[in-house]
Amino acid sequence: MTARAAAPAWTPDEMMTVTAARLLWNGCVCFVGIGLPSAAANLARLLHAPDIVLIYESGTIGTRPEVLPLSIGDGELAETADAVVPLPEIFAYWLQGGRVDVGFLGAAQVDRFGNLNSTVIGPYARPKVRLPGAGGAPEIAAHARQVFVLLKQSPRSFVAKLDFISSAGFMGGGGERASSGATGRGPQAIITDYGVLRPQPGTDEFALVARYESVTAADAVRATGWPLAVAPSLEVIAPPTAAELQTLRALQARTHTAHSRPVKLPV
Amino acid sequence: MPVVTLQEAIASHVRDGDSVALEGFTHLIPFAAGHEIIRQGRRRLHLIRMTPDLLYDQMVGAGCAAALTFSWGGNPGVGSAHRIREAIESGWPQPLAISEHSHAGMGAAYTAGASRLPFGMLRGYIGTDLAAVNPAVRAVACPYTGERLATVPALNPDVTILHAQQADRAGNVLISGILGAQKEAALAAKKLIVTVEEVVDELAAPMNAVVLPRWVVTAVARVPGGAWPSYARGYYPRDNAFYIAWDEVSRDRQRFGDWIARYVLGTADFAGFLARLRADGAGP
Repeated sequence: MTARAAAPAWTPDEMMTVTAARLLWNGCVCFVGIGLPSAAANLARLLHAPDIVLIYESGTIGTRPEVLPLSIGDGELAETADAVVPLPEIFAYWLQGGRVDVGFLGAAQVDRFGNLNSTVIGPYARPKVRLPGAGGAPEIAAHARQVFVLLKQSPRSFVAKLDFISSAGFMGGGGERASSGATGRGPQAIITDYGVLRPQPGTDEFALVARYESVTAADAVRATGWPLAVAPSLEVIAPPTAAELQTLRALQARTHTAHSRPVKLPV
Repeated sequence: MPVVTLQEAIASHVRDGDSVALEGFTHLIPFAAGHEIIRQGRRRLHLIRMTPDLLYDQMVGAGCAAALTFSWGGNPGVGSAHRIREAIESGWPQPLAISEHSHAGMGAAYTAGASRLPFGMLRGYIGTDLAAVNPAVRAVACPYTGERLATVPALNPDVTILHAQQADRAGNVLISGILGAQKEAALAAKKLIVTVEEVVDELAAPMNAVVLPRWVVTAVARVPGGAWPSYARGYYPRDNAFYIAWDEVSRDRQRFGDWIARYVLGTADFAGFLARLRADGAGP
């Protein structure tokens, strides 16, 4: 008889961020969305992937920010970049040009085929909630060689039907993406606060393939708005290491300090 | 091309009902110029901007706009642009017609505008609902391969307004740092107004720097700090704390209205705006 497990010494956000960071490899070219994807990509860079090339849609290529940017175009990103190019160029030459290995995206909602909504909740013409919109995501989702999605799992965010498709995953599934004109392979992982979902061959439907120690497959199914398939050999994801947690927390602490620092205008 | 005051530039070149692009991607956002448009009471503008964030939140909430062309509208890293949201969700203070794109689509539309082509083209909007809700997004078949490609109509604003680091006395403008679509929006426009941190004797621009030559610039005005709370590389950093604080100010109609009345409508110019914020302990 083992003692009841103590509450984990990390938050679901931290577990997600660490798990996502582990998916990025050294040297990969990663087009980074703001928020959790940005934290995960920089965590990877500070740990096992020092030569990762981070691209933000503001046109900063090969950036190494000391603190996480609040916006996609903070000065920190430009000052630490290998190159800063105009925005039409980043999308035309670098993304559409096929030079991005991984597109790393968040969203408000995802469906079973990895399509994303970041536009509206409710009807488009009279939305219940108007969200910021797609930004760079539609073409990142189309043209990055593969896409990772980072999103907390709940029946409201993992839905049977999206109110709006802002960025395409596998569309209706069953190979529909292949004839769509999208050049990338589409979403290959959804990292959540329950575990990792991967698309299944043939159907393109996402199934739970790995879970955190602290949750069960049944928990993940309950947090999903469609009948979530669970892989027969469900992996258990190793908890964050001390190094991962320390590096992430130090990064977040530096970021918090920087973002609350008062700005003095020289005028 | 004379260096004028911002008041003169807006009074002379921005009319009610104009299509106006205030560009700058997080960096060099022309806040001072946007505030002057609010002060001068311009109405029914068609606002164009890739990322309508705080500045367009203020202009839409202040009642300047009837239409918005954009690709992402929020408070970056913080959340919603509440005033834009309320205009779209419930038509307050007036309805806002939207033409929504992706960033790549807006980039292509400005590039086409600068090139005086009728449309921009991209492998874009694939499998999304954006094309379904925006009739401006269409398709063309490649005449060589038959591939179906997305098209967006060229953007040619009546007026584009930018903030930049420097102009020389002749009106040549130098921009450095994150550019967004500033250059394309500048060359796509019928008129170009630029506010700058400094007017210098000589730009000393490195070769291949982004310089807008004086003969494409309609008016230049010197407004130090004119991009705050965004930033001007080499002059001041982005005031992330203000962006975070804006969430509370903009959430409520009344509080937003009071803020605009006190700090924008209640001051004579951008220097007055900054001075009043500082007097209230809320300034940079």
